[in-house]
Amino acid sequence: MTSAIQVVDLRKTFGRTKALDGLDLEVDTGEIHGFLGPNGAGKSTTIRILLGLMRADSGAVSLLGGDPRRDVETLHRRLSYVPGDVALWPNLSGGEVIDLLGNLRGGLDERRRAELLERFALDPTKKSRTYSKGNRQKVALVAALSSDVELLILDEPTSGLDPLMEAVFREAVRDFRDGGGTVLLSSHILGEVESLCDRVSIIREGRNVESGTLSQLRHLARTTVGAGLERPVAETDLADLSGVVDLVITDHELHCTVETAHLGALLERLGRHGIRTLTSAPPTLEELFMEQYRTPEVAGPR
Amino acid sequence: MTGLSGTASLLRLAARRDRVLIPTSALALVVVVAGSAQATVALYPDESAALAPLRAVLANPALTALYGPITSESLDSFATFKTILTGAVFLCLLAYVVVRRHTRTEEEEGRLELLGAGAIGRRAPLAAAVLLGTAAVLGTALLTMVGAIAAGLDRTGSVALGVSWIVMGLTWVGVTAVAAQLTETARGTAGFALGALALAYLLRALGDVAADDSPLHLLTWLSPLGWGEKVAPYGANRFWLLAVGLVAYAALLVGAFVLQSRRDLGAGILPSRVGPARGRLHSSLALTLRLARGTLAGWFVAFVVLGAVVGSLAGNVQSFLDSPETADLLRKMGGSDGSIVDTFFATEIHVAAVAAAALGISLVTRLRTEETAGRAEAVLATAVPRRRWALEHLVVAMAGTAVLMACLGVVAGALDSGRTGDVAGSIGRLSGAALSTLPAVWVCIAVAAVLIGVAPRFTGVSWAVLIAFFTLGEFGDLLGLPSVVSGLSPFAHLPSLPGGETAVGASLVLLGVAALCAAVGLEGLRRRDLPFG
Ligand SMILES: Nc1ncnc2c1ncn2[C@@H]1O[C@H](COP(=O)(O)OP(=O)(O)OP(=O)(O)O)[C@@H](O)[C@H]1O
Ligand SMILES: [Mg+2]
Repeated sequence: MTSAIQVVDLRKTFGRTKALDGLDLEVDTGEIHGFLGPNGAGKSTTIRILLGLMRADSGAVSLLGGDPRRDVETLHRRLSYVPGDVALWPNLSGGEVIDLLGNLRGGLDERRRAELLERFALDPTKKSRTYSKGNRQKVALVAALSSDVELLILDEPTSGLDPLMEAVFREAVRDFRDGGGTVLLSSHILGEVESLCDRVSIIREGRNVESGTLSQLRHLARTTVGAGLERPVAETDLADLSGVVDLVITDHELHCTVETAHLGALLERLGRHGIRTLTSAPPTLEELFMEQYRTPEVAGPR
Repeated sequence: MTGLSGTASLLRLAARRDRVLIPTSALALVVVVAGSAQATVALYPDESAALAPLRAVLANPALTALYGPITSESLDSFATFKTILTGAVFLCLLAYVVVRRHTRTEEEEGRLELLGAGAIGRRAPLAAAVLLGTAAVLGTALLTMVGAIAAGLDRTGSVALGVSWIVMGLTWVGVTAVAAQLTETARGTAGFALGALALAYLLRALGDVAADDSPLHLLTWLSPLGWGEKVAPYGANRFWLLAVGLVAYAALLVGAFVLQSRRDLGAGILPSRVGPARGRLHSSLALTLRLARGTLAGWFVAFVVLGAVVGSLAGNVQSFLDSPETADLLRKMGGSDGSIVDTFFATEIHVAAVAAAALGISLVTRLRTEETAGRAEAVLATAVPRRRWALEHLVVAMAGTAVLMACLGVVAGALDSGRTGDVAGSIGRLSGAALSTLPAVWVCIAVAAVLIGVAPRFTGVSWAVLIAFFTLGEFGDLLGLPSVVSGLSPFAHLPSLPGGETAVGASLVLLGVAALCAAVGLEGLRRRDLPFG
């Protein structure tokens, strides 16, 4: 499988702020790749470097097989970008902006443009000045999705969309992927990430924390376990097991959380004490991300 | 329910927010009117000897169109000739700013919604804005009246001056109050209120310059600015026109409140304007031109008018020379080798060049505005290379200023041909002179480009640089600065054209500096992060 985006050991400082500190990112061709991380983690900075808008201090970047700073014109004909904070020219109508951005990219698909306007229920004759935040995002999305490109780079593109429009957005992005396109999607909306992304990369403070499919990530996260046992168990009985934390033992009852990878070992050990009841809750997506987002210092006892 | 509850607290709030704007504007107007009147009076200790030459300069259609007719053959009238109508226009602008700011702008930005939820009546915001605007107009007019009397001008005439300003200013309080009800945007309000002001100015100008026996004379009476003008301070002193102004003021306010009661909060009486569903912009250059369109059109009109005024004044300058003292004075101020008329042209053209440079800077600094607004990112993420995008803005700024200067020269030349009798010659001489200033104008634009490319946070400094260039270039010699210092200004190296020697060498050096700065700016912009900081 080929990579649409390949970033290795990317570094970027703004004055004294280390925005990127050795970031790696790999997006395969044909996938929807979620790009996640807490505020200020460096997502937008990475995207701007990918677009050649900013220059990295060091590191290697390859975009659609080219160099984002050298091959601007050819690369940008092959991708569309939707920024998080969509700013439009107040005097132009939405339709004018869509056509302008499409033309600057090398033309748009008329049929798709009409269809997207319809699906997003966007009135293209209104002046940009009068659009709400969600409608401004729709303008940028219609322009991006109706261009004939291979790669979509979306930086929090749906923060202003209502749930109905969010569904339209997901459908359109899936259609794009099914047509062979690649998507890099930065988002804070977990439902969106869960329903759309084939793989995700989580970054924090300019460094990778995790990347993989959601089920791989789930595997890394902790499962909550509660067990009622026939024979009492002591904390020392479990001391040699790795990945078990927050252990609370009251006589015949046990509660803990365990890294999902070590769940099997824990159950096996508890089996020796005779399991009478067992509850086990896999991590919710929220828990999963909270855990990854939290900086070690702030994480505190669980 | 009167819907007025809370007016007093809103008024206090609004007055607090405008506590700098209103007093400084009022003070500036008083100082300009009283100060310039006093200076004029001081220049002519012998009143009877002054009247004839002054009249020769002032009584011509171009100046009448700009400033209104002379109200009487008196020094007081001459001394306030240029300031009464222009001051009144500024007073109208103040009234408009105050009223718009506390009505439609607040509403558009959603702040009135917050207020509306409290114990504030529906009519209170408009009432508070109108009261504040009215107070600003009355205060300024009264202060100016007192200032004029203190400057030694005729008492009755000074009271009439105050009345004339009250008529015009209060009418614009009313006009803006109505305009704020019409559209849902503050920009729309600006369009109606300022459009009405421009129309009023134009109507009275047409009426004023019409021949005595022409019915066009009546146009002045259609204009609220005309009513104020017809008060004729230091002349006929028609105080009764105050009644006309007050009736208009009351009628407009009633209209505004009725319109307000017929619309929803946040909405306008008129349907909001829509644009085309399809776009016709195919390139970044088309976008740049589209963004510059409105500004360029406005400046174009201003430069045509300026050219017309300068061109038609030349004849008066000639006749002015019959008075030897003034000729001497002018020669001291200009210092050109050519005739006094040429000196006059050269001076006006250099001032116009500074104005053109201001336009150029405002056009090229759009690069930075687009960047900070986040719109540059959208364009540069498409197939538009950054260098081309920047170059196009630069070229539009430089070409725009060239077109303006050329049109100034052509219009001035065409009108001056009435004096010289040689159409082609006059146009050629004056457009050549106007275009000869371009190297200095372009240096200013290129300096702004350097800041945008290399020190984007300091883009605003380009305005300070322009002011410094202007001051050094125009007043450097007067201030007795060494030529090394005043020579820092590109304007100091311009040839004194028409009439003087052309300065090919200096112009080439300026062009070189402009090209170098532009290149440095473009390269800096190409290398740096975007958006920056
Ligand atoms: N132009 C800039 N100048 C200075 N600092 C910057 C600049 N752009 C980003 N930063 C800093 O770099 C860090 C990363 O910012 P970035 O915008 O990439 O975060 P993000 O992951 O997109 O966050 P969010 O989720 O809030 O959008 C932040 O600390 C930010 O303050
Ligand atoms: Mg961001």
